[in-house]
Amino acid sequence: MEILMAILIGFLFASATYLLLSKSILRMIIGTGLLSHGAHLLILTMGGLKKGAVPLVNEEGVPVTDPLPQALILTAIVISFGVTALFLVLAYRSFQELGTDNMDELRGTDGNE
Amino acid sequence: MEMNNLVVLPIFVPLLTAVILMFFSKNVSLQRWVSVGASLLTVIVAVLLVRTVSIDGIQTLDIGSWPAPFGITLVSDMLSALLVLTTSVIGFAVILYSIYSIGIERERHFYYPIVQFLLVGVNGAFTTGDIFNLFVFFEVMLMASYVLLVLGGTKIQLRETIKYLTVNVISSSLFVIAIAYLYSIVGTLNMAHISQRIAEIENMPGILTVIAILFLIVFGLKGAIFPLYFWMPGSYYAPPIPVMALLGALLTKVGIYSIARTYSLFFYHDQSYTHELLLVLAVVTVLIGVVGSIAYWDVKKIIIYNIITAIGVILYGISIATTTSMTGSVYYLLHDMIIKAALFLLIGIIIKITGTSNLKKFHGLINDYPVLTWVYFIAAISLAGIPPFSGFVGKWLVIQGGMGSGEFLGSVIILITSLLVLYSVMKIFIHGFWGEKDQQFADKESVSYKKLLVPAIILVAISVLYGFGSEFVYPYVSQAVETLMNPEIYIEAVLKE
Repeated sequence: MEILMAILIGFLFASATYLLLSKSILRMIIGTGLLSHGAHLLILTMGGLKKGAVPLVNEEGVPVTDPLPQALILTAIVISFGVTALFLVLAYRSFQELGTDNMDELRGTDGNE
Repeated sequence: MEMNNLVVLPIFVPLLTAVILMFFSKNVSLQRWVSVGASLLTVIVAVLLVRTVSIDGIQTLDIGSWPAPFGITLVSDMLSALLVLTTSVIGFAVILYSIYSIGIERERHFYYPIVQFLLVGVNGAFTTGDIFNLFVFFEVMLMASYVLLVLGGTKIQLRETIKYLTVNVISSSLFVIAIAYLYSIVGTLNMAHISQRIAEIENMPGILTVIAILFLIVFGLKGAIFPLYFWMPGSYYAPPIPVMALLGALLTKVGIYSIARTYSLFFYHDQSYTHELLLVLAVVTVLIGVVGSIAYWDVKKIIIYNIITAIGVILYGISIATTTSMTGSVYYLLHDMIIKAALFLLIGIIIKITGTSNLKKFHGLINDYPVLTWVYFIAAISLAGIPPFSGFVGKWLVIQGGMGSGEFLGSVIILITSLLVLYSVMKIFIHGFWGEKDQQFADKESVSYKKLLVPAIILVAISVLYGFGSEFVYPYVSQAVETLMNPEIYIEAVLKE
């Protein structure tokens, strides 16, 4: 199971890298989305995918899955959600102000002389 | 070692201030006074913390009273406490400077709360004892820095924030990935416990070296080392001066601190590959920094590239990993944070007076602004490390440590590049301050610069005292280095064995 997940995560990282290297800002944002999906799935996988009960208090005392990676992912998800929301608004504002979403046209040469 | 709530106060005071400030964003004068008061309180708390750590040793706080490896533990060893103090002092000076320079519009749009959030992130990153909590504090700090960078919404800020944000989103993802890999090996997140578990693993499997390099890439992207510095000259050029001072003095140093912490606490068993790589990268970083700083004729760019040089020097000391070189690095780290903030504030005054950052467009400032001139002169020679001033002891010990370990080439390069650093800041002095009086820019009376000079003078004075009083500072620095060189002190304090 871990092998399958590793291949899937690798595919997500490859797609994210490809999209991040493109010129359009919107494609870059989609790339960051895929990148964080890959990272979150990686935490889950590296925490171990052994079978066990849902990590809720149970009276029977059956073994549960590792709850720690799930808490880490939950934290990482809200953080990347916040950053992505900021990035989208930033891209929207930049499109209004700068009139382009092409990274090639956003070169900076200030102070270069 | 007992629990101490003092450890959490440098995080808690700015956090509470930020939350309170958000409720009355339009009352600018109240915003100013509350921020100045709170940042002064943070400085006092940090001084008490340094004092407590120097008397009673490492202070730890298990949040929620969960015992060490299971809960989040905040750890203040001497290195953390000193960095928290330096951060608080810089925060205070920059807030004071902001009052007279940032402009009413930015102040009305949550400028002060965001600065406080940045200080929360930086102080938290310096104090935490949990690797995932370090990630969270990194994000607090970065989120605040994105908003500070773009606040105002000018074209250059929008453009550069997109780049800065992209780079940091990628490096944050890499940080999560690195933590995931490390967790799968050691099964814990507490930094002391990770160190203990790594020490138990026999014959160091290669995967730990891979993770060490991954951490180096992550923190190198935050700390702008070669070849991961490419985002920095553009991004730091965009924001207003006080923001530039905060980012330049604090943000990259958190990356450096994290490298120092992980490489001395986790990955110190097999240094042949990791520390050798760090050494090479550090020397190239120094070279890239000086090439940039002598190439440009823009005062902002010159100081920005000097940040890169200093990062290289600090990392060089860390990569040598002897007591002498580490002492040098810690000395130099504290010196560099203060002097970079001071230099940014000073060039901010120059830009305010002349209206340009292009060195070819003004000269003769000494005729009208003698105080500014000599304060800048002292800051410049401190940066270059002229003996009685603050940059000297650190660099001297770093070079001594390098020579002692037989790394002659790197040490000689750092010695020679000091001259180029001196040349780059003296270029500003010679071309900007000397020469005939220039009437192109506004009259002395019409520019209010004196109030801006106060925080800059505070920082330069601290840096001068730091240089002249290096004997007085030595016990503190040496206590910090003792923990860095002997991870068992840290582990014992946290896990209380």
